[in-house]
Amino acid sequence: MLPVLQPESPPFAGAVLPSPADAFRPDGATDGNIVRIRPPRPWEALDLRSLWRFRDLLLALAARDIKLRYRQTALGVLWVVLQPLLAAGIFAFVFGRVAHLDSGGVPYVLFCYAGLLAWNLFSSVVLKASVSLVSNASLVSKIFFPRVVLPFSAVISALLDFAIGLVVGVALMLACGKVPTFALLAAPFWLALLVLLATGAGLICAALAVSYRDVTHILPVTLQLLLYGSPVGYTVAVIPEGLPRTLYKLNPIAPLLEGFRDALLGYGFVGSRSAIYAITVAVLVFLAGLIFFRRMERQFADVI
Amino acid sequence: MSSETAISVRGVGKTFRVGASQARATTLGELLYQKLRSPFARRGRDVRFEALRDVSFEARRGEMLGIVGRNGAGKSTLLKILSQITPPTRGEIDLRGRVGALLEVGTGFHPELTGRENIYLNGSILGMSRRDIERKFDSIVDFAETEQFLDTPVKRYSSGMFVRLAFAVAAHLQPDILIVDEVLAVGDLAFQRKCMGKMESAAHEGKTVILVSHNMAAISQLCTRALLIDGGSVVADDSAVAVVARYLRQMGSAESEITVSGRQHDEDFGGSAKLRVIGFSCPTLAEGGFAFRWREPLVFDMRFDVLAPIRNAVIGLAVQTADGVELFGSHQIDQPGAMRDFEPGEYTCRISIENPLRAGNYTFSIGGEHGVGKAPLFLVRDAFRFDVHELSADERPYPRHVGGVVNVETRWQFGAALHA
Repeated sequence: MLPVLQPESPPFAGAVLPSPADAFRPDGATDGNIVRIRPPRPWEALDLRSLWRFRDLLLALAARDIKLRYRQTALGVLWVVLQPLLAAGIFAFVFGRVAHLDSGGVPYVLFCYAGLLAWNLFSSVVLKASVSLVSNASLVSKIFFPRVVLPFSAVISALLDFAIGLVVGVALMLACGKVPTFALLAAPFWLALLVLLATGAGLICAALAVSYRDVTHILPVTLQLLLYGSPVGYTVAVIPEGLPRTLYKLNPIAPLLEGFRDALLGYGFVGSRSAIYAITVAVLVFLAGLIFFRRMERQFADVI
Repeated sequence: MSSETAISVRGVGKTFRVGASQARATTLGELLYQKLRSPFARRGRDVRFEALRDVSFEARRGEMLGIVGRNGAGKSTLLKILSQITPPTRGEIDLRGRVGALLEVGTGFHPELTGRENIYLNGSILGMSRRDIERKFDSIVDFAETEQFLDTPVKRYSSGMFVRLAFAVAAHLQPDILIVDEVLAVGDLAFQRKCMGKMESAAHEGKTVILVSHNMAAISQLCTRALLIDGGSVVADDSAVAVVARYLRQMGSAESEITVSGRQHDEDFGGSAKLRVIGFSCPTLAEGGFAFRWREPLVFDMRFDVLAPIRNAVIGLAVQTADGVELFGSHQIDQPGAMRDFEPGEYTCRISIENPLRAGNYTFSIGGEHGVGKAPLFLVRDAFRFDVHELSADERPYPRHVGGVVNVETRWQFGAALHA
């Protein structure tokens, strides 16, 4: 064997990312920069540190999603604003004008807009995350990167839409003569929980959709049902006592929506018990999502 | 694992469940139905398929390792495991350094995005940081030769431009271990050479390159060592030249038969019922060689049946590169003897060409007419595919830095200085 002269580290070592492989095997024996590939173990939680390591990819994929959505549309990003405004108008008409529901003195359009803002965040995180693997099948089967980057990039692109919607929402509030109070500081808390819950559900749906495409058909209908079961166009006050109220209380999204609306408009109904329930469910669903995704992850490339 | 070892694969196996469609639900409905019908039944016995069994090998730093084997031998599965796309079922692999895998050119490119946007997107998909890409951006654009189309959506690119851009991004990944699957099959000849050059220089810089290809000329030219995989196991691990020779012996005459019979499309014989081509052979190939070398004679034999008398037959051939560029043609009337008449019967015809071609993949087509430019008699496109194989670096009869597809003899005579 000829002696090969070479420097101890490659010339560009400084600029080279840590090997993607250690992200893949969080518990893997990494001795220096040696990566060990082994058959997977049945139960492992997802390593979220890989998201940080692959943050450039995370952002690039989210940017791609946003760029593509509004390419070749005449109104472009304006749709982010128009869609929820139009929807809020319809909700306000149906629930406010036709059904004459009470919104506690808040203009009904504003009331619905706040609810829809939070609801759209939830549903677009779930929907986008659920198709994130299937619609990137060629990436999954041909290139290595932590798979969890795909659903999380969907979360980021949904958050960006939300941010624009929020700016419009605040403008709408000011236009209606409503000035945000310090209660607004609670909004990030409710939003974080909402995103946690949605991400967990999205991770589970994404992993299931790899083997069972049925998920992508069931999901829109389920979300539709949840939309009407959540206080977007009405408040808990209109729900009759008894079985309907009990069913309503099982919906973990409801307290989160009410909480967000309360923070924004100062009008919402969140009991401490339902708040604790919602927090618990959100955290549990998120953890379940991480574990389930990890467990299914190893067969993605073979099945997709 | 010694510090000179870049890849160490020990006893790796991969088992797939196959034909399990009746045992395994593919939709939620089926799953529910099965569970409802027999809630406690274990899933039916799966049919297992061992794609890889007990694969072990090592690769040193700076080594270019080729992997050859017929389709379905397990090459791609091995690459997918090495690049961590799919986990192994058994065994262990140690990799030293950052891995860059190029299993398909252009994965992750989006047709709606511009060239510039795609460079950033694809770069980050392959694992480069944004800063990394910014630093290498100009070099990538240079390599791809697509500067004036940077802000055009990729969907409007020609396929050649697309492939060049895609490979350029991947080529700038600069991993410690580069895994490449059959990428050389794309792009024109000049670009293929450029890609090979890039891989060679990577190996010289101490990177480890694993190359899977059906292009035997490329394997034996680029790689020092090669593995032959058959039925999921490594059956040979030797010098690239030896492994390639063994692989071709194993494929044997089968390949040349496939080449000939597989290429006889019905429409290729249109025009006349007077002549029928029976088959082709290549005497030098039958001797166990697989490819020609520069200046070796290319010899093709054609057997054909003449069914009715033919007057003034003209037979000609054309040689093309694998991507369809016609290099040269020739007719039998170029020689004295001119046009021929044939009476019914079986004939053979031998064509010899002194090979001017440099290393690469080429095809050979043959056809005939009733006189020059008249009604066609027969036509067999791509009757033969063949490789031209470059000699090793020391034996190479022409300087490497000269580009091009063919080599011709040139004579140089310098006169005395006209002005002192």
